[in-house]
Amino acid sequence: MVRTEIIALAGSLGLMGLVLELVRRRRLKEKYSLLWLFTAVVLLVLSLSRGLMERVAGMMGIYYAPSAFFLLAFLFLMLITLQFSVVISKLSERNKILTQEVALLKLKLKEMEPEEKT
Amino acid sequence: MKLLAIVPCYNEEASVGSVARAVKAAYPDADVLVIDDGSADRTAEAARAAGAKVVTLPYNMGIGAAMQTGYRYARAGGYDVAVQVDGDGQHDPEEMGKLLEIVLGGKADIVVGSRFIEGAGFRSTPMRRLGIGLFSSVLTRLTGERLTDPTSGFRAAGRRVIRLFADEYPEDYPEVESLFLAHLAGLKVAETPVLMRPRAGGRSSITPVRSAYYMIKVMMVIFIWLVRKKPVLEG
Repeated sequence: MVRTEIIALAGSLGLMGLVLELVRRRRLKEKYSLLWLFTAVVLLVLSLSRGLMERVAGMMGIYYAPSAFFLLAFLFLMLITLQFSVVISKLSERNKILTQEVALLKLKLKEMEPEEKT
Repeated sequence: MKLLAIVPCYNEEASVGSVARAVKAAYPDADVLVIDDGSADRTAEAARAAGAKVVTLPYNMGIGAAMQTGYRYARAGGYDVAVQVDGDGQHDPEEMGKLLEIVLGGKADIVVGSRFIEGAGFRSTPMRRLGIGLFSSVLTRLTGERLTDPTSGFRAAGRRVIRLFADEYPEDYPEVESLFLAHLAGLKVAETPVLMRPRAGGRSSITPVRSAYYMIKVMMVIFIWLVRKKPVLEG
């Protein structure tokens, strides 16, 4: 086993362990852990078998197998960040509506209060 | 007829009072709703003193979200027509009649007050005029309506537009996009010339640097709407 393989294996295992631990402690929702876990599994499988990685790299037209590994890791990270942007967009839309509704409710509440309190 | 004047404000304590009073003077039955968009000054107090209802947003949300708050209020309150009036005093409430006439007469669902009127030259920076000209020609082509001043924030909206905008209103630089939105929802957009005054207080949020971003963003958004699912009027 060469050094890159050890690093890749340790990295994938570490990532998987970290994600699972975060989910177990409810610091990460299952919903958002799926892409991370999928990424970790793919990287783990590739780092376990040099032969498989050589074949995947060959299919991608990459001569140096570890490059394929890192390229895949990079692509998955891109996917995860994109998911973040989508989630943030949804959150900010909901946050906007909530804020507007709270402000409108406050006006309504104020109008219901007796005059001297205003 | 229930009329609501929506006055979005960000640090406009110097002018909001006179705007609210002028609306009340011209239309005593109208409700004036000032949206205080997280102002740091005494905008809310000044507006309340002038007899306006005030919605205070807990932080600065930007003109689009502030305006939409007004439309949500209008929808919930069952208003027949909502008029957008800037808090800086450039829109003369005396001119509101020209807008209301068109909307209440059923000739359009939303009508924009245009600064470009024969005889009265509107002065602006070249960059801004270029931007307005570009938006004008694009919107006129896309909607089939002659819209010379689509960035004007002086407008009147009927019931259907109130319903649409309560649900769907652009967040930043909303003027041009909102008109296109109304058009896509099958509503009739129109424009009429109005007299505008120089602002009585505050300053424009559009700096020269921002106007370039404004142009690019609005053009992009318009083209995105062309390939997006059209907005639909609920109910």
